[in-house]
Amino acid sequence: MRLINVDTIKEIIRESCSSLLFNYPSDIEEAMSLAAEKEEGRAKKAFELLLENSRIASQKHIPICQDTGMVIVFVHVGKEVLFEGNIDEAINDGVRIGYRQEYLRQSVVDDPLFKRENTKDNAPAIIYYDYIDGDRVIIEMMAKGFGSENTSKIAMLKPAQGVEGVKNFVLDTVKQAGPNACPPMIVGVGIGGSFELAPLLAKKALLRELTDVNPDPNYHQLEDELLALINQLNIGPLGLKGKTTALKVQIEYYPTHIAALPVAVNICCHVSRHTKVVI
Amino acid sequence: MRINVNTEQERFAKLHAGDLVYLSGEVYTARDAAHKRLSKMIENNETLPFELEKNGIYYVGPTPSRPGQIYGSAGPTTSTRMDVYTPTLLDRGIKFMIGKGRRDEKVKQAIIRNKAIYFIAAGGAGALYASCVKKVEAIAFADLLSEAINKLTIEDFPVFVGIDCQGNDIYEEEN
Repeated sequence: MRLINVDTIKEIIRESCSSLLFNYPSDIEEAMSLAAEKEEGRAKKAFELLLENSRIASQKHIPICQDTGMVIVFVHVGKEVLFEGNIDEAINDGVRIGYRQEYLRQSVVDDPLFKRENTKDNAPAIIYYDYIDGDRVIIEMMAKGFGSENTSKIAMLKPAQGVEGVKNFVLDTVKQAGPNACPPMIVGVGIGGSFELAPLLAKKALLRELTDVNPDPNYHQLEDELLALINQLNIGPLGLKGKTTALKVQIEYYPTHIAALPVAVNICCHVSRHTKVVI
Repeated sequence: MRINVNTEQERFAKLHAGDLVYLSGEVYTARDAAHKRLSKMIENNETLPFELEKNGIYYVGPTPSRPGQIYGSAGPTTSTRMDVYTPTLLDRGIKFMIGKGRRDEKVKQAIIRNKAIYFIAAGGAGALYASCVKKVEAIAFADLLSEAINKLTIEDFPVFVGIDCQGNDIYEEEN
């Protein structure tokens, strides 16, 4: 067995709060610069503002977006690993310290319906665990903004609706999200599984690099087709119309029941802040 | 085009949906929780923490400012969530709003009725807008943290006209 002290994980989470929230990830910055060249008029101006924002954020160390998000962490635990200490607490402490040290916004309320009281430390994080082979731990973390999260959707389609049904649902969801989701967006799609798994797959799809494609050629093709269709919707950057509504469509899938075709769409704005650390 | 939002409101009427404008002047911040409280106070005929007449609201919940910094990251939040409260505020004198995203038909009608205007700021551009804020004054609801009401003095704050005084909407197909 490999013993890992949870303080190591706390430090990774704390450090990620500081490294994630002041820059666009390099793949996003590159995609935005390329997209800007294809636009004109208002859409071009929209990209200029966003790229200027990125420069100011790094230079002056100001969070790139004021919605510094709710922290979502995926912990992939090697079967030969034993944690020393309380792992949930370590992750939440990492969030508490990181958000305080970096003057990030406290955006979490406890009791989502009645009291809605701010927890004042941006904890708790949303944490998922699963097992992997070996003695490593892989931590994937995102600081998810909720302007785009609010525009996400799930549908339990009939299997007969097939590829067209999936395409229509994704396009309708993006159309309805429109300017509210802070386009250009990244569209995570989860297909298959069950009612709760499809959105989780869609969330995991958002953790991929923009250059990643689904290894299955059918799904890869569907990613490309959906991206082309979305970019014909003329929503454009910031909803000001134009050629760039989404930067990428990422699909993840899982086996499902003979009666089912669950599809979930999880939308992320262009401020897609995520990281992966292997211990 | 540069406009002072307090002293040049007569120029609002000449703006069209989609125009790029650089705003300067004073504006009050308020988002979900502050709107809820304001609306409750109006219902109870209480005195509001700031004068609505001829003033404007920026839908923002900034990050806390660092020592030595005037204001934290401060991009717009989604205006749609404020729609339910907005017509009352417009009918009571609010002249302009800054946010992002769509507004509903009732807000649009209230904009036309009151010759008000809705500006949209670049969603996600928190650092850019922080650098346009020159002064901050706390007004009310400090317990709401990032959702408190502050009075901001802004300078050359880049926005697009989202819904103009005639009700033309940038997000509609024809505009």
